[in-house]
Amino acid sequence: MRDMSPLALQLRRFRANRLAMVSVALLALIILACFLGPYAFPFTGEDADFDYISAPIDLFSPHPFGTDEFGRDLLVRVLEGGQVSLTIGFLGAVVAGGIGVLYGAVAGYAGGRADSLMMRAVEILYGFPYVILVILLSLLLGGGNIALFAAIVFTLWLTPAVIVRAQAQSLAKREFIEAARAGGMTGRQIVLEHIVPNCAGVVIVYGSLLVPEVILSESFLSFLGIGIKEPQASWGNLIQAGTSEMETDLRLLLLPGGLLGITLFCLNFIADGLRDAFDPDDR
Amino acid sequence: MLRFVLKRLWDGLLTLAALITLTFFTMRLAPGGPFSRNRKISPEVQANIEAAFHLDEPVIQQFGRYLWGLLLLDLGPSTRFRDYSVGDLIASGLPYSLTIGLWAVLVAALVGVAFGIAGALRRNRPTDYALGIIAVTGIAVPIFVIGPLAQVVFALWLDWVPVGGLDAGWRSLILPILVLSLPNIAYISRLTRSAMIETLRENYVRTARAKGLGPTRTLRSHAMTGTLLPVIAYLGPATAAIITGSILIETIFAVPGIGRFFVDAALNRDYPLVMGITLLYGGVLIAFNIATDLARAWMDPRVRHA
Repeated sequence: MRDMSPLALQLRRFRANRLAMVSVALLALIILACFLGPYAFPFTGEDADFDYISAPIDLFSPHPFGTDEFGRDLLVRVLEGGQVSLTIGFLGAVVAGGIGVLYGAVAGYAGGRADSLMMRAVEILYGFPYVILVILLSLLLGGGNIALFAAIVFTLWLTPAVIVRAQAQSLAKREFIEAARAGGMTGRQIVLEHIVPNCAGVVIVYGSLLVPEVILSESFLSFLGIGIKEPQASWGNLIQAGTSEMETDLRLLLLPGGLLGITLFCLNFIADGLRDAFDPDDR
Repeated sequence: MLRFVLKRLWDGLLTLAALITLTFFTMRLAPGGPFSRNRKISPEVQANIEAAFHLDEPVIQQFGRYLWGLLLLDLGPSTRFRDYSVGDLIASGLPYSLTIGLWAVLVAALVGVAFGIAGALRRNRPTDYALGIIAVTGIAVPIFVIGPLAQVVFALWLDWVPVGGLDAGWRSLILPILVLSLPNIAYISRLTRSAMIETLRENYVRTARAKGLGPTRTLRSHAMTGTLLPVIAYLGPATAAIITGSILIETIFAVPGIGRFFVDAALNRDYPLVMGITLLYGGVLIAFNIATDLARAWMDPRVRHA
C-alpha cells in the first residue's frame, strides 16, 4: 500500500462510513435548498398573500406547503429560517471552537498559576444558569441578532477549552516541545505552531459536535421568544408558532420541526463518523 | 478524606462568591432597570418605587446590602412580582420542579443504564441497533419538538393524559417526566454502552472470567463499577440542571415550577430574583459536583489514592 498521511487515512475511514456519507449528502441538500430554494418563489417569507390565509398543503397551488395565519408561505419561511439557523450553527461553531482551542492551548501549555486561574474562570462561567447568561449578555451587547450570536458563542466555548487544555497539558511534556523551546521558539510560536496543530483531531471531532449544539441553542432561545424575533423566521420561532396551532393544524409544527430534526440527525451522524475515523480505538 | 471535602467546599464557596459578584454587576451594566419599562408612572412615583427597593443608592452600597441580606438568609423582595419575596417565589415553585426533575433523573438513570448494558452485551445485533436508534433520536430531536408531538398523540388523540397543567394529579406528571428524561436516557445509554464495551476488555474482567466466575457475577461484581463511573460523572452536573427546573418543560406543559423564572427574571431585570436563581443553581451545581467526586472516590480506588 502507498504511504498515506494520517489525515488521508482518516478521511478514507470517514468515507467508508456509509451512514456518515449519506448524512453529508443529505445535509448538503438541505443547505442548498435553504440558500437557493427561496429564489424559486416570486415572494419572500415575510410577504403576506391575502388570497391564501392558513392554506392547507396543495402541491399545485402557489404555496405547495400552505401558508400560516398571515398568509405567509410556510415552505419559504422554513427555508429562510434554515438559512438563519445553519449560518449561526456553522459560524458559531467555528468562532466558539476557535476561542476554546486558543484558550485551552494557552492554559494547558502555560500550566502553573496561569492555568489554574484560567480554569477557575471557566469553572465560574460553568456555574451560571445558561439562559440567564445568554439574556444578560445579549442585553449588555445591545440586543439584536449579532448580540444573540455573541451570547451563544460566549456560552459554548467552555467545553472545547477544557478538552483542548487536557490535550495541551500532555503535549507540553513531550520532547518535541522541549526541543522547540531549546531551539528558541517563543511561547506564542509554540502554542500556534505545535500545540494547536497537534490538537487537530480532538478539535475536529468536538467541533463537529458544536454545530448541532449551536443550532439547538439558537432554536431553543427562539422557541422561548428570546432569540430570533418575528417577522424574521428561524426554526425555533416557527416551531413555537406551530405548537400554538397544533390542535388544528399539525403541518405548521411538523415541517420546521422535521427539518430541524433531520439536520440534527445528520450533524450527529457526521460527528460520530468523524470520531470513529479520528479515534478508531475509542469504540 | 475530610480534608478533601473541606477543600472542595471552600473552593465551591469561592466560586459561588465570584458568581454572585459577577451577576450583580453585569446585571447593572446592562441597559434598563426593573421599573424603566412602566411608561405610565410619573417620575416622582418612579423615584419613590426605586427608593423603596434601594435602587437609588450607589451600586456598591446596594451590593453590601444584598450580601448582608444573604447572611441573614434573606434573598430580598422581587421587583416584578410585587409583594412576594424571592424566597417565597422559589419556595412556591421548587416543589414542582423537584418532583418532575427527580423522577426524570431516576427514569433516565434506570432506563439509560439498562439500555446501555443491553446494547453492549448484544453488540452489533438487532437489539443494539434498535436501542441505538432510540438514543440518536433522543439526542437529535429537541424537547420542544418531541414535547408538543407527545401532547398531540397522547393527550389530544389518545386522551390518556392531560395536555398540561397539574389538575389531574400524578397523571399530569407523566408526560413532562418522560419527555424530560428522554434526552438523558439517550446520553446515558450511549455513555453506558461505550463504557461497558471498554470495561469488558479490561484485564481484571478477563481475570474474573478466567478464574471461573459466571457471566452474571463477572458483570455484577466486576464490570459494573467501571461501567457506572462515567455515568455518575455525567449524572452529577446533569441532575443539578434538571432539578432546578427545565424552562422548556415548564413552558410546554404549563408547570408552575421555577424554570420559568430564569427567563422572566432576566428579561424583566428583576435583579433580586436573578440573583436568587443564579445562587440556587450555582449552589446546587457545586453541591452535586462535590457529591459526584465523593461517589467516584468511593467506587474507584484509583481516584481515591490519586
